[in-house]
Amino acid sequence: MLKLPIYMDNHATTPLDPRVLEAMMPYLTDRFGNAASRNHSFGWQAEEAVEAARKQVAELIGATAKEIVFTSGATESDNLAIKGAAHMYREKGNHLVTLVTEHKAVIDTCKHLEKEGFDVTYLPVGRDGLVDLDHLRAAITDRTILVSVMAANNEVGVLQPIAEIGRITRERGVLFHTDAVQAAGKVPFDVNAASVDMASLSAHKMYGPKGVGALYVRRRNPRVLLTPIIDGGGHERGMRSGTLNVPGIVGFGKAAAICRQDLSAESARVAALRDRLYDGLRQRLDDIFVNGSMAHRLPGNLNLSFAYVEGESLLMGINDVAVSSGSACTSATLEPSYVLKALGVGDELAHSSIRFGLGRFNTEEEVDFVVEKLSAVVVRLREMSPLYELARENPKWQVKAAN
Amino acid sequence: MSYSEKVIDHYNNPRNVGSLPKDDETVGTGLVGAPECGDVMKLQVRVNPETGVIDDAKFKTFGCGSAIASSSLATEWLKGKTLDQALEIKNVDIVQELSLPPVKIHCSVLAEDAIKAAIADYKRKRGNGNGE
Repeated sequence: MLKLPIYMDNHATTPLDPRVLEAMMPYLTDRFGNAASRNHSFGWQAEEAVEAARKQVAELIGATAKEIVFTSGATESDNLAIKGAAHMYREKGNHLVTLVTEHKAVIDTCKHLEKEGFDVTYLPVGRDGLVDLDHLRAAITDRTILVSVMAANNEVGVLQPIAEIGRITRERGVLFHTDAVQAAGKVPFDVNAASVDMASLSAHKMYGPKGVGALYVRRRNPRVLLTPIIDGGGHERGMRSGTLNVPGIVGFGKAAAICRQDLSAESARVAALRDRLYDGLRQRLDDIFVNGSMAHRLPGNLNLSFAYVEGESLLMGINDVAVSSGSACTSATLEPSYVLKALGVGDELAHSSIRFGLGRFNTEEEVDFVVEKLSAVVVRLREMSPLYELARENPKWQVKAAN
Repeated sequence: MSYSEKVIDHYNNPRNVGSLPKDDETVGTGLVGAPECGDVMKLQVRVNPETGVIDDAKFKTFGCGSAIASSSLATEWLKGKTLDQALEIKNVDIVQELSLPPVKIHCSVLAEDAIKAAIADYKRKRGNGNGE
């Protein structure tokens, strides 16, 4: 039985896995202790649960438990990694390198540092969304202290070559931070294989609860030190003060353990759903374009532009399907997605884009429903579109693919 | 974003979608907006040359639901009006009728521009055609 509405926006957030909720429940009820209470069993119980979760999160990314710093989420993790490293290593240099397609949590943190006097290079990406490694090599100077490149993009799902980037940063003696929020738990991600020094993670992107994340901070070869951005009781090895969110952390640990256990089977299943969606739409509609590399992409991501129809009106026609649009009309700024712009997607196609985020709980039946419904809406809106009419009359109005 | 019931109604049941022959002497065509900005409206009126009354209006719109609704509503309002009456339709009337939020006011402005452009096109054609 198909249940509406259908959720296909798993890059924004994921549903809480029932097994995660089950693991969390005792810590929302009887086991309410503060993990920092050293003098009674309530505290010990909480601490024990936190340490078990720390190990689970570490195992997902090939780290050791001591290298995991729990935070309130990935935005905080990105802030801590970038500001923390910039301030700690300021005497070594004042230059950072990142990408124009990073999440705002990274870009705006870098912009903040620019106001403090740091120099930041925002590298462009190609039409496929990938960074050019020669550009990256050339951008690193004697003054560079940190390179921050996301593992997977939140809009187009493009996977950056982080292992190659890690090799370059290691060779040049520069720290490497990656926002691995979308990648971790979805594709193989190992901090040692990729020579990553810091990695931001978020529980609610991997079927865990909101309000909890982590920063992986390498302890050996090299040992990374960070200036904290929150002062207080010295929790989390002094890097992140504040009482630990015990139920959230327990849920995060469980979510990570499930992802690790099911990773290859789940990613294959989700990729098959994604391909079914794309194939179904392609069979029914002309003039649809994939934004970003199809080869280097998260299994659950599909970012499509439906030429001649505007994204928000498309969403309105499929109001029982939760997806998101790169169209300006969905934002207060009226600017289309800066990520699509960076890929060289024209404004017109950016306005026509939809991001699908498939995940653990989607089914073939849901995909088939979305294919039928969306195709019908696109056909209807194209009949209503002056651009479609113009393109039919005169080929010079036809929208061409970016790549 | 939530839409008013009237916007949803126009989106689901747009009035007067289509095209009139743009080379027809009695037809005025307005094409406004830009694909890069996410809104393009084509609005056409057919004017009875005897009475000066708009007897048909059609639209096609690339844009969000509010843009579609604004142009759909405009065609409804245009029918039966003289050119002077048509030029009195203001964007604020559309905003009010459709309860558009501030972020969607530009859709109503575009619809007003489309009306003006269509009427100007018609007048230009008549001017050239009749040597007025």
